[in-house]
Amino acid sequence: MKGTKRKEHNLPLYIMALPGILIIAIFSYLPMPGIILAFKDYDFSNGVFGSRWVGLENFKFFFESGVAWRLIRNTVGLNLLFMVTVQICAVFTALLLNEIYEYRIAKVYQSILFFPHVISWVIVGYFTYAFLETDTGLINNILFHFGIEKIAWYSEPKYWPAILNFISLWKGLGYFTIIYLAGMITIDQEYYEAIRVDGGNKWHEMRYVTLPFIKPLIYINVLLALGRVFYGNFDFFVNVVRNTGQILSTTDIIDTYVVRTLTVLGDFNMAAAAGLFQGVCGFIVLLISNWIIRRFDSESALF
Amino acid sequence: MAKNNRLMKIIIIIVFIPICLISVIPLWTIFVASFTQDKAIADYGYQLWFKAFSLEAYEYLFVNPDLIVDAYLISIIVTSIGTVLGVFFMSMLAYTMAHRKFKLAKGLGFYVLIPMLFSSGVVPYYILVTQYLHLKNTIWILIFPYLINPFSIMILRSNFRRLPQSLFEAAELDGAGEFQRFFKIALPLSIPTMATIALFSAITYWNDMYQALLFIDKQNLYPLPYLLYRMIFEHNIIQEAAQYTGIITPYQSVRMAVAVLSLIPELFLFMFAQRFFIRGITLGALKGE
Repeated sequence: MKGTKRKEHNLPLYIMALPGILIIAIFSYLPMPGIILAFKDYDFSNGVFGSRWVGLENFKFFFESGVAWRLIRNTVGLNLLFMVTVQICAVFTALLLNEIYEYRIAKVYQSILFFPHVISWVIVGYFTYAFLETDTGLINNILFHFGIEKIAWYSEPKYWPAILNFISLWKGLGYFTIIYLAGMITIDQEYYEAIRVDGGNKWHEMRYVTLPFIKPLIYINVLLALGRVFYGNFDFFVNVVRNTGQILSTTDIIDTYVVRTLTVLGDFNMAAAAGLFQGVCGFIVLLISNWIIRRFDSESALF
Repeated sequence: MAKNNRLMKIIIIIVFIPICLISVIPLWTIFVASFTQDKAIADYGYQLWFKAFSLEAYEYLFVNPDLIVDAYLISIIVTSIGTVLGVFFMSMLAYTMAHRKFKLAKGLGFYVLIPMLFSSGVVPYYILVTQYLHLKNTIWILIFPYLINPFSIMILRSNFRRLPQSLFEAAELDGAGEFQRFFKIALPLSIPTMATIALFSAITYWNDMYQALLFIDKQNLYPLPYLLYRMIFEHNIIQEAAQYTGIITPYQSVRMAVAVLSLIPELFLFMFAQRFFIRGITLGALKGE
């Protein structure tokens, strides 16, 4: 395409790009100067720029309040736990489904496993409650049936990392299984035949053909998850945990803390400091993970 | 060997039955509870099968439609306007980004990317929306924030890049302007990708309660997920709808019935559009292509 150099030629393109540019400008870029609030004592009447400068005071409060460490541990720790569980289970599930992919039932299974992905977190919170409520919950009913004493799930923090991990797996398994399965389907059958000619069995096929082929996909998914390790899923935690005080020690993450501090306590300063801390940590981790992705598969890097 | 293989396949097929059951049982429990007498839930707890079958929750909603009609309407309006506008805006932007002659194309790539890298946090966003944009308690704040999704833009951009250039050149020779080329060539050829993007948009809108939680405190503007969320903590939302009827309010089962009703459109979307979902996920995973 050799372009004529008339200037008005590009005008329609500018017009087409404009609505998108504006939306991104307003909702993604305009808030950015607001990060200085983390260094200020925000006062409605004075506005963002007129409020009193307090330096690192807000951060000092945030880190001295004792919750900071807990929030970082929960956010990062749970994210890592979720990632490892979901990726291992999804690879395993995809390997199994790949073996039966010639049957229609494999596609049915794939769809059923994926279905939880489209369910809203509110609904997830609803059935979590239906399962775990102390007196009416399904799990306790079953425990009771077998003569095991009921457990007050919503006041026992120690169970929650496992519960949350299970829910995250329930919701994410199908999604990642589809990604891995899509990668496996493209593998040339010749490789498998070569293994069979050499007298290899199914295990050898998985070990020496399938897994090596989807390895890049696994790396990418792991690194993408690592890049977001400082960001929790607000909707997930707020609906499943429901701000239940007794279990916050293992379930409170930066995202829920910030929104709670802002909307319930109205403490803009602390929330802004915690939010900026998260943004900066998230940024650094993302840059590192992207740098690693780039090194072995530049196609999959974010930039 | 062949026999062994078949046995293994049968075992795999059987192994997946309980796994798939775990995927659906949670929703089934909600469904059952919505058809159970409220009192039975309190007495016997949640069940996997209909113990005291009752339509009282649905009757209650039918007699007191106010409780959900508003929320349903808000969710439908937000989802449809948001999805249509969003796909339109994103397609136009991605089209210019894929355009070879457009000088801004590369710069726009970075412009879209940067917000994915750094988030300024909730507080600056909250103050911007409430103090400067004055969008608190308006339907627009439920729509605007999700119009543009960077990942969708990347997918659309690589879609437009893959279209055969010769078609555009031919159209240009025939005197077709940029708009015509976009609407008459690029869009019709991109319908599968746009359907995929639209589906993901629609699900985002239908499920979201984050914006409402931050910015909506008028009940007549609650979208469905947020209404469900508020109903957990505030029994009076359900009760207020009943204040003229004088019957005892079946709190538990009504909540579950609203949950079921909110799931129905999603279930249909899912059943009819599965291949687009799967397409979208694989496109996203292989975004570089």
